[in-house]
Amino acid sequence: MSLFSALGQRLLQLIPVLIGISVVSFLLVQLSPGDPVRLLLGDRATAEAVAQVRERYGLDEPLLQQYFTYVGNLIQGDLGRSIRFQLPVGDLILDFLPATLFLIAYVVVISVPAAVLLAVAAARSQGGLVDQAIRLFAVVGMTFPVFWLALMMSRFFGVELGWFPVSGYGEGFVDHLHHLFLPAVSTSAWLIPLLLRNLRAALIEEMQADHVTASRSKGLGETYIFRRHVLPNSVLPTLNLLGLMISFLIGGSVVVEIVYAVPGLGSLMVGSVVGRDYYVIQGLTLVYALATVVVTLTVDILSTLIDPRVKL
Amino acid sequence: MTDIPAPAARPVRIGPGAVEIALGGGIILAWLTLALGAPLFAGLDPNAISFTALLQPPGTPGHLLGTDHIGRDVLARVLFAARIDIWMGVAGVVPPLLIGVLVGLISGYAGGRLDAVMMRLVDITVAFPFFVLVIAIVGILGPGLGNYFVALALVGWVSYARLMRAEVMVLRNKEFVTAAKVLGYGAPTILFRHILPNTLTAVLVYATTDAVLVLLAGASLGFLGLGVQPPTPEWGAMIAEGQPYVVQAWWICFFPGLAAMSLCLGFILLSDGFSRVLGAGRR
Repeated sequence: MSLFSALGQRLLQLIPVLIGISVVSFLLVQLSPGDPVRLLLGDRATAEAVAQVRERYGLDEPLLQQYFTYVGNLIQGDLGRSIRFQLPVGDLILDFLPATLFLIAYVVVISVPAAVLLAVAAARSQGGLVDQAIRLFAVVGMTFPVFWLALMMSRFFGVELGWFPVSGYGEGFVDHLHHLFLPAVSTSAWLIPLLLRNLRAALIEEMQADHVTASRSKGLGETYIFRRHVLPNSVLPTLNLLGLMISFLIGGSVVVEIVYAVPGLGSLMVGSVVGRDYYVIQGLTLVYALATVVVTLTVDILSTLIDPRVKL
Repeated sequence: MTDIPAPAARPVRIGPGAVEIALGGGIILAWLTLALGAPLFAGLDPNAISFTALLQPPGTPGHLLGTDHIGRDVLARVLFAARIDIWMGVAGVVPPLLIGVLVGLISGYAGGRLDAVMMRLVDITVAFPFFVLVIAIVGILGPGLGNYFVALALVGWVSYARLMRAEVMVLRNKEFVTAAKVLGYGAPTILFRHILPNTLTAVLVYATTDAVLVLLAGASLGFLGLGVQPPTPEWGAMIAEGQPYVVQAWWICFFPGLAAMSLCLGFILLSDGFSRVLGAGRR
């Protein structure tokens, strides 16, 4: 019962954030130095035609009125229309969504086990040679530009060795796995160090906890203590971290998609920026923000389910 | 490098973090020297086109790191690009830092309704993935370094505001603040003369890590064609220019990336070192 009321409270808190997100994405287009209508009609359009379109899209109304129209459309699932594709933005996003979702899931599936394994190895040999090597990797891994690593990997593993395709998304699940392998690995190579650094610190802190000392004094073996007492207590920090990283992951996927020509949201975003397709930029930014909010909420709910001491 | 607490004796004279600070600082100083002395070290104009020396491999006499698709010297371009990339990393941190520190300071000290409003603003901004919002803002304002700094200021202040607010909320209940209040100092004096100096270390440590994030975001924008515009040399833009030739001429893309990596390594080592010194001080 209390969980549900806590959840309700949490959802109520989301309302101002959602309103804020809609205001920001609405204002984005207002920032544009150019006139979206001119862009839609081209430079040679007559003043009357421009005025007509303005009226049709409600662009001659006061800003507040326009905002309410925008939110009203959003609630009905209408994100506006792409100037470049002449398609509803919502449909366009749905077309490009699967590749990005696949890529992000792929990255998570690679990164989390790898980061956990490395962090465990580092924490268990704290200060030792293995730990030093893993920490060096974690530092170096944070320093390179993702798109650079992606490009170098595509050249070496894709072109030189010919093991993997270097562009596109493929057809069918296995083909997707094959096509997105290099993009996923290059994104992971950058995400793993971030996860690793924090997870190693969490594990080491947990190893010094009182309950671990108590287990040791009972004469339990180190391996047993680690598996039964330290690891389960590190699940929560990892989960929370992953929630925080999702926003970085989305950002990283944008450039990697460009390098490997993956037809995902990142490619759509950059294409729209280059083509000045304002409503697609607006719609995508909104969808990205909503996705982040949903992920954060899910992580928070999962945390409470795993550990009832955590408050929503 | 180890951080096992040794309460009994301290035989090692080198404090924690000293090695990292020396290494990181050294790398950054070396890059500053290379960037400022670029004309001296490169010896060539980074924009000089030469159709007699296209796609020359590294080690070619006169072109240590080779040439690109229009015969420009890669070494000269990497060195001149360092000026812009260092500037992007360092100057890109300042506006968000100033805004964030001010917001966090006031919000944390005032509390109440003002704080609640500010924190909702923070919640809204963090809901947008950092890089996506930067791309969106730059995309709508138009490409270029100036708009990149505007986008960063609009997006990046959040982390500083959160950090600062947390610090201030601890400090505002300390005795020295109460003492200052009793002595009749006004809020601005207490905030800027008493609280702010005590938070600066934490903010600066974060700013060093942030420089890496900002620099890499700037290079990514350059790569996407939304940052510094060609022919101005910038590492991200250079990598984009070299991309069509990456199969025949890997060096056009390889060296700018390596340069970015080494500079970021400097910042990360420095930040690690600082936070160790800070951690040791607090323990």
